[in-house]
Amino acid sequence: MSEHNKKDMNEDKFFAEENKKRIVTGPDGVQFEVDPLQDYFCDKRPVAKDPKQKVIEKFLNWARAESLWVLGFGTGCGSIEIPPLLTPRFDAFRYGVQMRPTPRQSSVLIISGYLAVKTLKRAIRSYEQMQNPKYVLALGSCTINGGMYYDSYNTINRLDYYLPVDVYVAGCMPRPEALLAGFNKLKERIKAGRAEGANDYANKFDWYKANQKKIIKDWNMPDYNW
Amino acid sequence: MKEIIQDIKKRFNCTDEVEQSKTQAYITVQKELAVALITHLKDIKGFTHLVLLTAVDWIENNQFQLTYMLNNPTKKIDLGVRIFIDRETATMDSAHHLWEQMATYQRELKEMFGIDFPGSPRLNEQFILEGWDNIPPYRRDFDTLKYAQETFFPREGRETNDPAEFMKKKMYPDEEK
Repeated sequence: MSEHNKKDMNEDKFFAEENKKRIVTGPDGVQFEVDPLQDYFCDKRPVAKDPKQKVIEKFLNWARAESLWVLGFGTGCGSIEIPPLLTPRFDAFRYGVQMRPTPRQSSVLIISGYLAVKTLKRAIRSYEQMQNPKYVLALGSCTINGGMYYDSYNTINRLDYYLPVDVYVAGCMPRPEALLAGFNKLKERIKAGRAEGANDYANKFDWYKANQKKIIKDWNMPDYNW
Repeated sequence: MKEIIQDIKKRFNCTDEVEQSKTQAYITVQKELAVALITHLKDIKGFTHLVLLTAVDWIENNQFQLTYMLNNPTKKIDLGVRIFIDRETATMDSAHHLWEQMATYQRELKEMFGIDFPGSPRLNEQFILEGWDNIPPYRRDFDTLKYAQETFFPREGRETNDPAEFMKKKMYPDEEK
């Protein structure tokens, strides 16, 4: 991080407490200084990756599609549809869909319903911490055009201005069957090589950041962190 | 219930009592006597449970109405204490010393209505709206639709139907209106 940026962040009144410089005592009793912005985050811009040779990429896409690991992150009322998805009645595991507790381990982010501005900030952080290849599945009308919260002061209207969306599942709320259909659609897209959300995000990075910063007014994190 | 209302009417100059049902009543009190009345109700009359604290924006009268809903668990009755405060200054005495959870309600009212409760703990920390820079959104002069359209990139082509009209047209297309 450049010196100029660092100075700006330290003067920021919204600067998060956990990102400040501090002295930490390690398990062996040695004290050392931690500067979270330097040590915990990498703020390099994301880079778009070219696809590999055709046959290899096709094989990789098949492998990616058959093992979708979903981040356990529920944002709105739609998150209530995800637990039944994993129980024996709908049993998403037969499609290779399973939940993961951390962004580092997962490849799919489900935005399940309406997204408040406060939650969007966390969703962006989670998305950026996920490793490539990564996909976004948007659930419910709220992510498409705001749904019944289109005139709310605190929920976003359309998700594709802030995160690259691969598949929308319409409904208010969609049932778990619809979510399974969404997963199958996502698989088709990945196998066809059209689920390039992470590359889109890297290519149009400035546009996405400008939109995100327009509504997240207390931006107190690095521009890109992973 | 009747005896309690009669008693506090004499002691605290209460007006406008409304008996909604056998177990629920509302009473209006002056701003200066409000915390004294609530303390009296809690310590002596047995209203030990705070159900909620909420506000209503009466923009026509230039007033905010605060309602402290109290519950008496032994007699199983609810009493709502209403206070009208001026909308411009919007300041009320804090009652966080009576119930700890009162501080959370007051913090929410500060953020959503801009009502100040001096001395309440963590009052000015942001609660739901992080980095909000407009007038408080629950005030009625705040236009949420306009704000959302200016801020959140609305998608074109949104249609709105009246549900009754829509279903009538769909189910009985031949019928005249």
